[in-house]
Amino acid sequence: MNESALKQRSGWKNLRENIMHGVFFVCALASILAVALICVFLFANGLPAMKEIGFLNFLSGTTWRPGNDIYGILPMIVGSIYITAGAIVIGVPIGLLTAIFMAFYCPKRIYGILKPCTELLAGIPSIVYGFFGMVVIAPVVLDVAKACGANISSGATILSASILLGIMILPTIIGVSEAALRAVPNSYYEGAVAMGATHERAVFSVMLPAAKSGVLAGIVLGIGRAIGETMAVIMVAGNQPRLTASLLDGIRTMTANIVIEMGYATGLHREALIATGVVLFVFILLINLCFSVLKRRKDA
Amino acid sequence: MTSEATKTTGTAAANAKAQPKKMYGRTKARVQKGLVYAAAVITFAVLLFLIAYILINGIPHLKPSLFEWTYNSDNVSMMPAIITTVEMTLLALVIAVPLGLFTAIYLNEYAKRGNKLVNVIRITTETLSGIPSIVYGLFGMLFFVTQLHWGYSLLAGGMTLAIMILPLIMRTAEEALMAVPDTFREGSFGLGAGRLRTVFRIVLPSAMPGILSGIILAIGRIVGETAALIFTAGTMAQIPGLLQSGRTLAIHMYVLSGEGLHMNEAYATAVVLLAVVLLMNALSALVAKKLTKK
Amino acid sequence: MNETKISIKDMNLYYGDFHALHDIDLDIKANEITAFIGPSGCGKSTLLRSLNRMNDLVEGCKITGDIRLDGEDIYRDCDVNLLRKRVGMVFQKPNPFPMSIYDNIAYGPRTHGIKSRVKLDEIVETSLRHAAIWDETKDCLKKSALSMSGGQQQRICIARALAADPDVLLMDEPTSALDPISTAKIEDLVLELKKDYTIVMVTHNMQQATRVSDTTAFFLLGDMIEVGDTESLFSMPKDKRTEDYITGRFG
Repeated sequence: MNESALKQRSGWKNLRENIMHGVFFVCALASILAVALICVFLFANGLPAMKEIGFLNFLSGTTWRPGNDIYGILPMIVGSIYITAGAIVIGVPIGLLTAIFMAFYCPKRIYGILKPCTELLAGIPSIVYGFFGMVVIAPVVLDVAKACGANISSGATILSASILLGIMILPTIIGVSEAALRAVPNSYYEGAVAMGATHERAVFSVMLPAAKSGVLAGIVLGIGRAIGETMAVIMVAGNQPRLTASLLDGIRTMTANIVIEMGYATGLHREALIATGVVLFVFILLINLCFSVLKRRKDA
Repeated sequence: MTSEATKTTGTAAANAKAQPKKMYGRTKARVQKGLVYAAAVITFAVLLFLIAYILINGIPHLKPSLFEWTYNSDNVSMMPAIITTVEMTLLALVIAVPLGLFTAIYLNEYAKRGNKLVNVIRITTETLSGIPSIVYGLFGMLFFVTQLHWGYSLLAGGMTLAIMILPLIMRTAEEALMAVPDTFREGSFGLGAGRLRTVFRIVLPSAMPGILSGIILAIGRIVGETAALIFTAGTMAQIPGLLQSGRTLAIHMYVLSGEGLHMNEAYATAVVLLAVVLLMNALSALVAKKLTKK
Repeated sequence: MNETKISIKDMNLYYGDFHALHDIDLDIKANEITAFIGPSGCGKSTLLRSLNRMNDLVEGCKITGDIRLDGEDIYRDCDVNLLRKRVGMVFQKPNPFPMSIYDNIAYGPRTHGIKSRVKLDEIVETSLRHAAIWDETKDCLKKSALSMSGGQQQRICIARALAADPDVLLMDEPTSALDPISTAKIEDLVLELKKDYTIVMVTHNMQQATRVSDTTAFFLLGDMIEVGDTESLFSMPKDKRTEDYITGRFG
């Protein structure tokens, strides 16, 4: 018997294994590198402007007039929050109820058609949604508002943007909520029905509360989508940088602010726009944090 | 509410007392059921209406002239945009697919459980997937366009999109790898195959449908993307080289609808975009179905 | 008496803090069938998987002591892939790869560098013949191995292990997922294979151990309680615990 029959003798093979192990490892670092680069470049380009304008002036200033070097983004922050809130008011009830439909009411045959439909809803580009909002939702809002006696000249309003974003976050809400509802053990449902509860009662008072943190995670994810949405909002929100209380006024979001003016901005103006992006980024990071906390709680 | 239910069924006496409440409960149940159905109808009616509206208004304007090779102000042909979209998609995939796939391989096949680095990668990936496309656009502009002096270009746009779709590719690939039964890996190791051979000959082929369906979804996102491209790839209507500006279909549509002069052509572009998205979704579902069949 | 193929000395195995195998001393003879029996969780599969280092894949697994194959230490200065080529393994559940029968069998030889089509054809045929499944598969070598029945799949897995040209074959409850007829076929096959290979088999089925094995080792809670030739171990066990187990008083 050959004494060294088991000794390492395939050096080339080992080298290849090790090289590829290294390659996989380096690739795995790419996402870390990407996040780091994004943070560094956004903050490095945005923070100086904030400092120059004054941190508080920038965040709480109510006037945005680049021509006079006045940069207050409060109207845009409020605008983003306003429209996101509107989208939640419209999108969450419909989305959640649709998720309940998908999980507990939908016949299996139809489910096979409807499920891909919700995925399609998620796949439609935001530019197409925006276009749809521009040619359908805004005019309808204008007509209805006029018929009700409102004195407005354009349908590009907070209301239109909220309706459109409400539709756009539907697939997110439906997808995450449905998954959460399906993750609730079936024995809960059986237990409730065995006690004489109706299907509705079992669903609404047992299954839904049990899926609460998953549903909340879905809503938070929807908030993230809504606040970060750009192109669709630009096409229906009117984009006036102002503080307003009326649903029928136009408003500008942080995302819109960046896209509309970045094309021609220079100097401090440009940096102020990047700083707007930084504020948006921080908002998103906070929302992401909420989402992961909720998700962990759900998994636990 | 749950405790109420327990009470009403607890004892006969409690049951009798709860009788009127039960009547109320029945109307409530009816309302709830009605709301559930109404919401589902609204959701799918909106989808149907949106698609029908775009198709009905767009298809009549899909004229052959829109597919001519060059774009000019008389004929806003979408052909350059279509080709740019294909170029952009390929470029982004060429970068993102190996990165995402190899990351997934590292996480699932190589990294030890409880490895700190793995957690960091998971968190950063989650973060990446939550970042809105406009922030990617800003970053791309600051880094690729300005810092690396690539200017508005196909390359800057493609790199930006690659980072954007990286988490999607990675997550779907990882799920697909996880779904490969460990018995396959054991069988391969048991025959004396190394890790590399096991991954490439046994694990990857089994996971291919899942990986593919993720890639197809990513294509859908690239084709529909606008905000990340405006300030990285620019809006020139030409067939671009690697370091030239070009507009994808989605940007083409944005420019047309923003100008307001070419609404019919915008409709037609929307039809093409929708068709691509529909096709991608169908393909992805088809591939995924193949996976579950096995 | 056959010569010793594998010798295990003072072997201890830990999963993290859990001490799974205690001071195992065992010689496995060439061209014999050695059976490991014992209640589930007793460490018999763990020991089996130490013999071709499949435990390397388990995180936190640590082994001390000495395991030698033909006198060579398999844990020090040893290429694990060459080891596994020489010590093949058949698993509890048939696990053919999702590819054709031919590619399944050829996977091992290809892994170890055989590329010639003629040679591969030859290996595939002899392996399938050896595993007594050639007649059922010779006309459908291009078919997916997953389309075969469970018993056929397991014999394909045995053929796949044989194709790598091992000296030792480890079998981890190879019939536990199969029906009685398939089980009988596998048992016949194993007895046949004994001529050319050293076989170590884990089984939870004591009848199976008596039917096929030459030597039996009984394990309990990580200890090897007793080892001896199968007939005497089952007819007159030396240890009370072995007796309790084989007479069905526990486990």
